[in-house]
Amino acid sequence: MHIADQISQYLLSGLSTGAIYALIGVGFAIIHNSTGIINFAQGEFVMLGGMLTLFFLTALKLPLLVSIILAIAVATLVGIAFERLAIRPMKNASPISLVIITIGGSILIRGIAMLIWGKDTHALPTFSGNDPIQLGEATILPQHLWIFAVTVIVIICSKLYFNYTISGKAMRACAYNSRAAGLVGIDVRRMVLFSFAISAAMGSMAGIIIAPLTMTSYDVGIMLGLKGFCAAIIGGMSSGLGTVFGGIILGVLESLGAGLLSSGYKDAIAFIILLIILLVRPQGLFKKGDTERV
Amino acid sequence: MMDKRSLLKHEAVKFIPFALLILALPMAFREGYLLNVFVFVGIHTLLAVALNLLLGYAGQISLGQAAFFGLGAYGSGILTATHGLNPWLAMVLVAAAVGVLAFLIGFPILKLKGHYLAMATLGFGIIVYIVFNEAVDVTGGPSGLSGIPNLAVGGITFDSDFKNYYLIWGITLLTILLSLNLVNSRIGRGLRAIHDSEVAARVMGVNVRLLKVQIFALSAVISSVAGSLYAYTMTFVSPTSFGFNFSVELVTMVIIGGLGSIYGSFLGAALLTLLPEFLRAFQDYDIVVYGFLLIFMTMYMPGGLVRGIPALVGRIAERIGIRKKVDA
Repeated sequence: MHIADQISQYLLSGLSTGAIYALIGVGFAIIHNSTGIINFAQGEFVMLGGMLTLFFLTALKLPLLVSIILAIAVATLVGIAFERLAIRPMKNASPISLVIITIGGSILIRGIAMLIWGKDTHALPTFSGNDPIQLGEATILPQHLWIFAVTVIVIICSKLYFNYTISGKAMRACAYNSRAAGLVGIDVRRMVLFSFAISAAMGSMAGIIIAPLTMTSYDVGIMLGLKGFCAAIIGGMSSGLGTVFGGIILGVLESLGAGLLSSGYKDAIAFIILLIILLVRPQGLFKKGDTERV
Repeated sequence: MMDKRSLLKHEAVKFIPFALLILALPMAFREGYLLNVFVFVGIHTLLAVALNLLLGYAGQISLGQAAFFGLGAYGSGILTATHGLNPWLAMVLVAAAVGVLAFLIGFPILKLKGHYLAMATLGFGIIVYIVFNEAVDVTGGPSGLSGIPNLAVGGITFDSDFKNYYLIWGITLLTILLSLNLVNSRIGRGLRAIHDSEVAARVMGVNVRLLKVQIFALSAVISSVAGSLYAYTMTFVSPTSFGFNFSVELVTMVIIGGLGSIYGSFLGAALLTLLPEFLRAFQDYDIVVYGFLLIFMTMYMPGGLVRGIPALVGRIAERIGIRKKVDA
């Protein structure tokens, strides 16, 4: 295989993992923008998506589509419960307390998943077969197309939601200034709850569409979550295109790095980018004047 | 504000019985298995005290402490086992190098606050962890590095739990003493000022940026020494001991014991080290328990056990007192 063909193959697989990182990153951004919290438990929603689908599919023998819908619903409920039980009571807490609470929530969810489903790694069946599709010199699996499609649809839906619905606009208002939002009659607490629900749903979707390709287990949430955060940081914590580009940049760099340099250090790439961005451009790569938030 | 003399007395009243108790402990169970566990309580106390200086006093979170611990362990291991250096010399060299590294990365990283600082230190920790795994030629990779010598002084080689207990607790007690001294000094007051408000601290003439970096570097140096001691005690190191989970475990120790309490760090370290030994079942449930404890303590007992238990006892006593009054 020529090096150019290899590179186009790396680009394609980088794009699909990048799409996953983007979905997770947008979840981070939505919670961050409505509360100022970096939710360290974000990755666990991703894990829950994959593991719950698998559970409904294999243990309860439900059809795939039903399993997926149930998995998203349950993960969303977990997100809501987490906000109600651990975040809302801590209204005036310091950032450090909130970091510790969300880390606590993260390992609690992970631990419970481990107790219920064990430590084994599982594969989810692909949504529509395993026949590779030839794209020029590169090949692509149908699952990759699913990933692209779901990501694009979710991003478009969230854009529509934030721009054209009352509750979406209310959430944006909370992101700009939650006090002022409260003064004009927006129920800020409800919006915070919404933000947890939405990002849990998005995270679980990301976990479901990637699970057929990368396998899933109780502890996949840590790495996926952190990389999603990296995507959000590259995108300047925007819940729109910034983070999508962030995810794609990260996915492609990782894929190229793993293919051309060293696969062992692949995971380090995200964290090196994370550190560089945090230290050099904490406002993200694309900030032009005012960032679009939420 | 206590004057210097009464402060000294106040601390001595607590430290001397604590030190005596620690030094007498091995008499209770000579060479048993528990002694080995208490050697690790010592190492964990060292690490928890180091993190507490940063997290509890200066209010700066680090989720990458395991990296400094690991650098100390691997640094000493590589210098002695691979290059045949004297273990003491290796320990000092590595601690100095880790201190310089922490100082250098501290300046940019500690500009970040709260959540972002947590993420940056976490990222640093994971990068170091990946290097431990991947630099197979130097570190031995996932299968670890063996053949690390014990420490020795004069004719004594620290090759048994009994000897290691006194070696490690000697260093830990010394560190506790120095830390107590530090937090009661001008520097300690400066750190607490940073914790409460960086702006106010700066206005009061505290060099906030430098002080934060210095305490970060100090905490890294102590962690590195703990790592060296760990390597010399185990004579073997592998990456799994230095991952993100261990960083979280250290944070849990500090939170459970009590932020901003040196003795609390001992309590937290002792609890989290002893619990898995006593409760066999705990080993399967450990991350669930850690997660629960982190949330519970932060929400309901933010001062940790050191402050929480006396407060609880006080409240119960008050209740009983009130009831007695009613009875009478």
